[in-house]
Amino acid sequence: MDISFQMVMSQVMLGLNNGVFYAILSLGLAVIFGLLNIVNFAHGALYMLGAYVALLGFTSLGPLLGMPDFHLNYWAALIVSPLVVGAFGIVVERTMLRRLYKFDHLYGLLLTFGLALIIQGVFTNFFNVSGDPYEAKPEILNGVVNLGFMMFPKYRLWVIVVSLLVCFGTWYVIERTKLGSYLRAGTENPELVKAFGVNVPLMITLTYGYGVALAAFAGVLAAPIYSVSPVMGSEMIITVFAVVVIGGMGSIMGSIVTGLLLGMVEGFTKVVYAPASSTVIFLIMVIVLLVKPAGLFGKES
Amino acid sequence: MNKYVWCALILLGLLAPFVVYPIFMMKLLCFALFASAFNLLLGYTGLLSFGHAAFFGGASYVTGYLVKNSGLTPELGVLGGTLFAALLGYIVGSLAIRRQGIYFAMVTLALAQIVYFVALKAPFTGGEDGLQGIPRGDLFGLINLGHVYHVGGSPLGLNLYYFVFVMFCLGFWVIHRTIHSPFGQVLKAIRENEPRAVSLGYKVDRFKLIAFVISASLAGMAGSLKSLVFQLASLTDVSWHTSGEVVLMTLLGGVGTVLGPLAGAFTVVTLQSELSSVGSWITVIIGSIFVICVLLFRRGFIGELGRLLKRSL
Repeated sequence: MDISFQMVMSQVMLGLNNGVFYAILSLGLAVIFGLLNIVNFAHGALYMLGAYVALLGFTSLGPLLGMPDFHLNYWAALIVSPLVVGAFGIVVERTMLRRLYKFDHLYGLLLTFGLALIIQGVFTNFFNVSGDPYEAKPEILNGVVNLGFMMFPKYRLWVIVVSLLVCFGTWYVIERTKLGSYLRAGTENPELVKAFGVNVPLMITLTYGYGVALAAFAGVLAAPIYSVSPVMGSEMIITVFAVVVIGGMGSIMGSIVTGLLLGMVEGFTKVVYAPASSTVIFLIMVIVLLVKPAGLFGKES
Repeated sequence: MNKYVWCALILLGLLAPFVVYPIFMMKLLCFALFASAFNLLLGYTGLLSFGHAAFFGGASYVTGYLVKNSGLTPELGVLGGTLFAALLGYIVGSLAIRRQGIYFAMVTLALAQIVYFVALKAPFTGGEDGLQGIPRGDLFGLINLGHVYHVGGSPLGLNLYYFVFVMFCLGFWVIHRTIHSPFGQVLKAIRENEPRAVSLGYKVDRFKLIAFVISASLAGMAGSLKSLVFQLASLTDVSWHTSGEVVLMTLLGGVGTVLGPLAGAFTVVTLQSELSSVGSWITVIIGSIFVICVLLFRRGFIGELGRLLKRSL
């Protein structure tokens, strides 16, 4: 088979498109894990929830409010959906996760696993497992752009750009601002930060809210590309877990970079040997475990 | 626990098929063995594997293939499935014990996903359909496991039931012996305080790996038996849902108790068969039980009972 430069580039770019989703989701997991010490198993389900908020906002919100002409458009959904899901996350943190901090971290994983089952189960009952199309993609993002070496769908380029902005924005806030320094200090020693008069419980709540809002944001971005289905999250979360194992959750930049790279590797595999593309991330995880058990950016001893 | 309780339980197991629908009883025994094997890891070594479906389902495919396509007798099929699970457990275990705690769970989940992909794509697993119509065959080439007796007008597949029951008892006995051996004491030491176990000179990784392989093998045996009972090996058996289910059974019954996984498996299997009419709402119910269990009674039924009776069950 003749593998042309263009073919490789187009798959790598499509891979990068997946990679930004891995990056946003693993970034959210890392932020949550840093402060709450909980691996948020519900992250995939909340990503799915974010996509459904956008979908339902477009198709059903108007009729529900008695205004059949009202549709929540894409741009509004990009703001509203993370807010709704973030608020949901805040309620979950306040009512459930909060009770578990003093116990083994595994209970947090189990609780969020249960939540993921509930959310996925509810949507499986009301929606088609094979997925519904989200048809609110704005006019301006239709068509393709010429990248010089290839033609690339405008919408996917937008997704890549806006995701990178959000990822690096988050990195900047956490690593370079005063608010971020509180967060990092809270990760290291919450008791001491409390003693300095910082409202750590509030910080934890907002962190969880922000982490899951990121997942919802990714869900809205994904909605026009993939069809919106109840199982879109559970397929995603297992891959993202592998990404997180490869990168280690200790570093914000680490999880962003690992997500992007693995997306591109996955795209590249599609050209070289397509059947392996669904497992390549897991195989890389195996290699990383053998060579550098702590993960590429891990600080774990 | 005293021997009267054990005798009563065995008697109950022997008489059960005359009272309860045998297929239900056999499903229960398979999942009880699966959960007990899982509990050896979570309850007695402190390792949360989120990929145990790989062993359960993987072995059920292997047994199904050996019995159906290679024409082996059922006991060899079960042996083959169990050995396969042991080998797979060795591979997954060696990789997963390189990371601790929460990462261990994620690694096992991700590795189990590879097994899922193989089951989905490989030419010998039947893809979406799985392996159907697996014959029950003749035990040792002599006893027909598919034979149905008519007792008081109702058909009973007693041969298969007692085969499954004996295998269950064997598996359960292995777990019981492991827990109460010096080896099991070291496992508990690792669970309670790993750095201390290391400083006492125990090769912790080797102990964890052996525990993992035992647990995986017995989970595999449970899966092998399941494929004979239902004559089916399917993708559900290797999916992450099944991995989650076995965690729930153990948690619900009581992590680190001998009888907990049995009680948990009984509850979940009964719920599933009683609530089969609600369709996919069952996922929501299972999820809710998870949440309630984690929030309100982390010790599980048997764990709470043991606390009331002030003894370990």
